[in-house]
Amino acid sequence: MTGESAREPVLSVRNLRVEFPTRNGVLTAIDDVSFDVAPGEVLGVVGESGAGKSITGTSIIGLLDPPGRIAGGEIRLEGRRIDNLPMTEMRKIRGRRIGMVFQDPLTSLNPLYTVGRQLTETIRTHLGLGRRAAMDRAVALLDEVGIPAARRRIDAYPHQFSGGMRQRVVIALALAADPVLVIADEPTTALDVSVQAQVINVLKRMCREHGASVMLITHDMGVIAETADRVAVMYAGRIAEIGPVRQVVQHPLHPYTVGLMGSIPKLDHNEPRLRQIPGSMPRLDSIPPGCAFNPRCPQAFARCMLERPEPIPKGAARVACWLHANEEVVA
Amino acid sequence: MSPAPDTLVEVSDLSKTFDISPPWLDRVLERIPRQLLHAVTDVTFSIRRGETFALVGESGSGKSTIAKIVVGLIPANAGHIEIDGVTMGRDTRAVRTLRRRMQMIFQDPYASLNPRMRVDAIVAEPIRAFGIAHGRAVRERVGDLLRAVGLDARDGQKFPHEFSGGQRQRICIARALASDPAFLVCDEPTSALDVSVQAQILNLMRDLQAEFGLTYLFISHDLAVVRHMASRIGVLYLGRLAEVAPGASLFRNPRHPYTRMLLDAVPDLDMSGRPRTPVTGEIPNPIDPPSGCAFHPRCPLANERCRREVPLLLPAGEAIVACHAVAEGRAAA
Ligand SMILES: Nc1ncnc2c1ncn2[C@@H]1O[C@H](COP(=O)(O)OP(=O)(O)OP(=O)(O)O)[C@@H](O)[C@H]1O
Ligand SMILES: Nc1ncnc2c1ncn2[C@@H]1O[C@H](COP(=O)(O)OP(=O)(O)OP(=O)(O)O)[C@@H](O)[C@H]1O
Ligand code: SF4
Ligand code: SF4
Ligand SMILES: [Mg+2]
Ligand SMILES: [Mg+2]
Repeated sequence: MTGESAREPVLSVRNLRVEFPTRNGVLTAIDDVSFDVAPGEVLGVVGESGAGKSITGTSIIGLLDPPGRIAGGEIRLEGRRIDNLPMTEMRKIRGRRIGMVFQDPLTSLNPLYTVGRQLTETIRTHLGLGRRAAMDRAVALLDEVGIPAARRRIDAYPHQFSGGMRQRVVIALALAADPVLVIADEPTTALDVSVQAQVINVLKRMCREHGASVMLITHDMGVIAETADRVAVMYAGRIAEIGPVRQVVQHPLHPYTVGLMGSIPKLDHNEPRLRQIPGSMPRLDSIPPGCAFNPRCPQAFARCMLERPEPIPKGAARVACWLHANEEVVA
Repeated sequence: MSPAPDTLVEVSDLSKTFDISPPWLDRVLERIPRQLLHAVTDVTFSIRRGETFALVGESGSGKSTIAKIVVGLIPANAGHIEIDGVTMGRDTRAVRTLRRRMQMIFQDPYASLNPRMRVDAIVAEPIRAFGIAHGRAVRERVGDLLRAVGLDARDGQKFPHEFSGGQRQRICIARALASDPAFLVCDEPTSALDVSVQAQILNLMRDLQAEFGLTYLFISHDLAVVRHMASRIGVLYLGRLAEVAPGASLFRNPRHPYTRMLLDAVPDLDMSGRPRTPVTGEIPNPIDPPSGCAFHPRCPLANERCRREVPLLLPAGEAIVACHAVAEGRAAA
């Protein structure tokens, strides 16, 4: 058992490898990453800056910036391979089958068009509805994401909305064509604390009601704890640990996840010192051999410097750490 | 209660408005009135020697404006600041001496380091400027400072771009410590950093505080970070203090409805499933703030008086709170 649903996954990523050719050689940004997203599931993806969260997301939707390229593995959406599709085919999948929400709502919205026009265009292109029906659907969507007086505000431009309201519009847009998967990359990082919680709730509710699975990328473990069903912890382009969110948050297995959880200041218990992971994540051009976490790991031993641990099943989770390899052999 | 706390910083009735009017000619031609943004209004607090006082609040609540006024980067429109018995503002000798005992750390550690200077020159700058050491002693002091913040003395030979974000913030802290300050103003010092690196910097700041007896004004929008660092906390809303309370008390027994809302918005990492009141509404436009209590459009306890009358900061238990409901005893805990 890997803890992943027996039903066919909506998204299946296998052995994904993403490279950036540079003057000083090829950098591997994503190295052998595999995971599934089950129907209706919220998969959280966490990790520090540069861990490869966004690159994983952009590979899936076919928007990797050149010279970045998928150098290995495969990506399947509802069983169909999408990593090798021509651009025109991929464009039909984006927006229709996969919705997107990015950190800055202004990158997803065209400042020159009214919110209504952007919504109806998406609806008409992807769902083939008439003008009238598309307009009704647009209003209904804005209403659903909690824009007050939706019918009156449909002719407003993005800049006439506040940051939180704009992100609601983006969520409406992402779900306009009833996609099976929504990829949300740091959807609340640019928003204020009190507004973040609202927007996350809207995202969660909308995806549940529209039956879309979610891949929620963030560096905020608190958001994941409240929102995700399962979580993947990324480190230096690989998955360190992936499993049910409660298990990963409360009983992390990988030393990196343990360190990460301990370094977060908590509201209700105040220790004089935070747990601290020494050093910082290596840059792509200096990832150490063996386990990439070994220079920072308090439990590293000889094998960690030599051999790279693969993610191995451990209960409902998978963990890439030699500490957890032996028991498997015994079991 | 401890007898007569030794106050280092005293800020009284601080106000700051920014003139954001369009240029004069446009205004005259289009008959637009002058527009003033009240960034900070009547803010009063004090900081004891050796303690960490924190200001929390959402974007635009006036945190950075207060920080910049306190260190003298921008002038206030009204109010009084006294640090170590010296009144700030006038350019007296006492103020100039004091400047050296007061340093600031900013959010973006890269923007605040000159990319063309080597790290040892960056850290040596205040030592030379204030004439704290001369000749070989400067080199030694730079080395000591770099070690104090967890870097290697040899790192002085490198340029800022050769360091990670967390290491750059360490350099900023070393530079701030170079002039032997008593008081550090830290404006979101870890907001640009990853959690694991944030933990290193927060631990370092607490160690340095214990070692050198530093006093901090610590600014953040992250309640959990503030909880970890501060002994007393001021909560800002649209440029005014809503509540000032000792850290433990603020989190155990938040009194102001806005403080409660902020606490409720923090994701629950313990997954305890504690019940939470959903947060409503958004921060209003500071150019045209709501009448009376600026929080009234979002407040579940708002009534007619709240829409009319600005609430004053009044004592409430261990805290001081600006809320009619609290003063009237309508805000049951
Ligand atoms: N165009 C590029 N050329 C070279 N390297 C790149 C390029 N784009 C991204 N990378 C590298 O790929 C790695 C993964 O980047 P990615 O944006 O996925 O990180 P992330 O986990 O989303 O981080 P963040 O939290 O900062 O958004 C980083 O080390 C980054 O420097
Ligand atoms: N130089 C300026 N000119 C005009 N308005 C300003 C200026 N500096 C700040 N403001 C305004 O004053 C208000 C308070 O800003 P301030 O930067 O102090 O907020 P903050 O609490 O530090 O917010 P953040 O969390 O975004 O840093 C905001 O509405 C801001 O737009
Ligand atoms: S494999 Fe070794 S170095 Fe890597 S996390 Fe596990 S114990 Fe630490
Ligand atoms: S004064 Fe009134 S509106 Fe303001 S916080 Fe108190 S109850 Fe709410
Ligand atoms: Mg990213
Ligand atoms: Mg600020």
